[in-house]
Amino acid sequence: MPENTENSGTSGAPHIEFRDVVKRFGDNTVLNDLNFTVTKGERVTLIGPSGSGKTTILRLVMTLEELTGGYIHIGGTPLQYEEQGGKRVRIADKRRRRITTDIGMVFQHFNLFPNMTVMENIIEAPVNVMGLKKAEAESKAEALLDKVGMAWKKDARPSELSGGQQQRIAIARALAMDPEVLLLDEVTSALDPELVGEVLAVLKDIAAETDISMLIVTHEMQFARDVSDRVMMFDEGSVIEQGLPDKIFSEPENQRTQDFLRAVL
Amino acid sequence: MDGVIGFFQDLGPNLELVAERMPQIVDGLLVTMLAMALGALLALVIAFVFGIAQISKFVVVRVVARIFVEFFRGTSIVVQLFWLAFVLPQLPYPFGFQLDPLLVGVLALGLNYGAYAAEVVRGSIGSVPKGQYEAISALSLSPTRGMFRVVIPQAWALMLPSLSNLWIQLLKGSAIVSTVLLYDLFFQVEQLRDRTGTWFAYTFALLAYYLIAWLIVILMNGLEIRAKHNIGRGPALSQSWRGLFQAPGSTPEGGRSARVVRDKSAVKAGTAGEGGLA
Repeated sequence: MPENTENSGTSGAPHIEFRDVVKRFGDNTVLNDLNFTVTKGERVTLIGPSGSGKTTILRLVMTLEELTGGYIHIGGTPLQYEEQGGKRVRIADKRRRRITTDIGMVFQHFNLFPNMTVMENIIEAPVNVMGLKKAEAESKAEALLDKVGMAWKKDARPSELSGGQQQRIAIARALAMDPEVLLLDEVTSALDPELVGEVLAVLKDIAAETDISMLIVTHEMQFARDVSDRVMMFDEGSVIEQGLPDKIFSEPENQRTQDFLRAVL
Repeated sequence: MDGVIGFFQDLGPNLELVAERMPQIVDGLLVTMLAMALGALLALVIAFVFGIAQISKFVVVRVVARIFVEFFRGTSIVVQLFWLAFVLPQLPYPFGFQLDPLLVGVLALGLNYGAYAAEVVRGSIGSVPKGQYEAISALSLSPTRGMFRVVIPQAWALMLPSLSNLWIQLLKGSAIVSTVLLYDLFFQVEQLRDRTGTWFAYTFALLAYYLIAWLIVILMNGLEIRAKHNIGRGPALSQSWRGLFQAPGSTPEGGRSARVVRDKSAVKAGTAGEGGLA
């Protein structure tokens, strides 16, 4: 278990800050005036019914979606938009990429590059974005592959691997960038049930060994309970209840949280 | 019916005539292959430049590429060829060029089929799964790097069947370059026709083009098998030499529709294969 449980909530300098965030897809408002912060090293799990905006939050942090309104700050630096002389100004793609270098994301469908070997998948960004030497990136990748138990497959192509193995590679690929923020978007939802355990075990190790801040969207409630410092319950684009995992899962106060948990547990 | 009977009666002497004119025919064949290869090369360059330009984030680049593609796709290759051969030289200085007939042929073929192929390139790039673009973004790779390292290698496997098609069309289209005084295969066949008559000459031409088309098919099948293997679909070329003579299908993971396509093309390739190898 992480030791900084008592640091959660509003204390400490915010690592991720959502300020008045609005996200609309056409006429459909997914997030409406959302405010929350995540402190450094904190693990926050987002739960809620589908369509409640959880994944959109992760995609906004990764800049895969454009903010409609408001601001997101990472470590105090504006991510997508900044305020300049009272005006909301879009940050250029190049500058955004410099900030997102510190943010890693693991996807539901792994999204490994099928035209590259496992090793090439992992060193592509460290070499070309962070400017590491190839040999350096490779030895680092080997250490990470070792950690996720996939070192023996470093020359394989993704198509030769099971879903669980591909996802463990994808985790290693995200970690190879030394992220300060890790976004986990339903990382076990596309896996066969017997492969879920190996991926969650790897993630639990990483949660225990590092102080990476994490935003997690998952349907694995036991996993959420084990790794999170805080659980946020979403419905219709806003936080309706949040707190320590034990509190939320054992004695939720909000009626909608109770209904949701009864449905999924 | 006279023609058919004549065809068989004169087959012996006509074949001797072919043997006699073999040096010229081989020359024509080489010119056709050269026009076909250089034309395809130019078409490929144009296809990539204008295919990628059409998805540029700059509106001006997109519009220019779009106009270019529609212009060369929408105007007849014969007209383009004649324009390059007969109008271009008449333009006032310094624009008036009298181009070598081979260059005229290569330019016209490259521009026309390149415009078609640009659409293939654009479509294939659009068919690479969205998740790949998201992974590029999540790893903070630059769009250019992502395009050349991730997207194009995957799109390449998708575009090869269509490019193969276009290349064969380009080969057949190359027969009209004889109209601008290029001594290609078709020109030599016309010379042959003076002595052998239409039946023999044009039948000979059919077979000759058919054989060259097969060279293209085999080469492109090889490239497709290799490209698919490189993105983890299907065996390596070294393990499936037979695949050179069949239309490379999708793997069963491609889903039902892909399998139907594969089965259909397998049937087609089966019958065509016997003919081609006979």
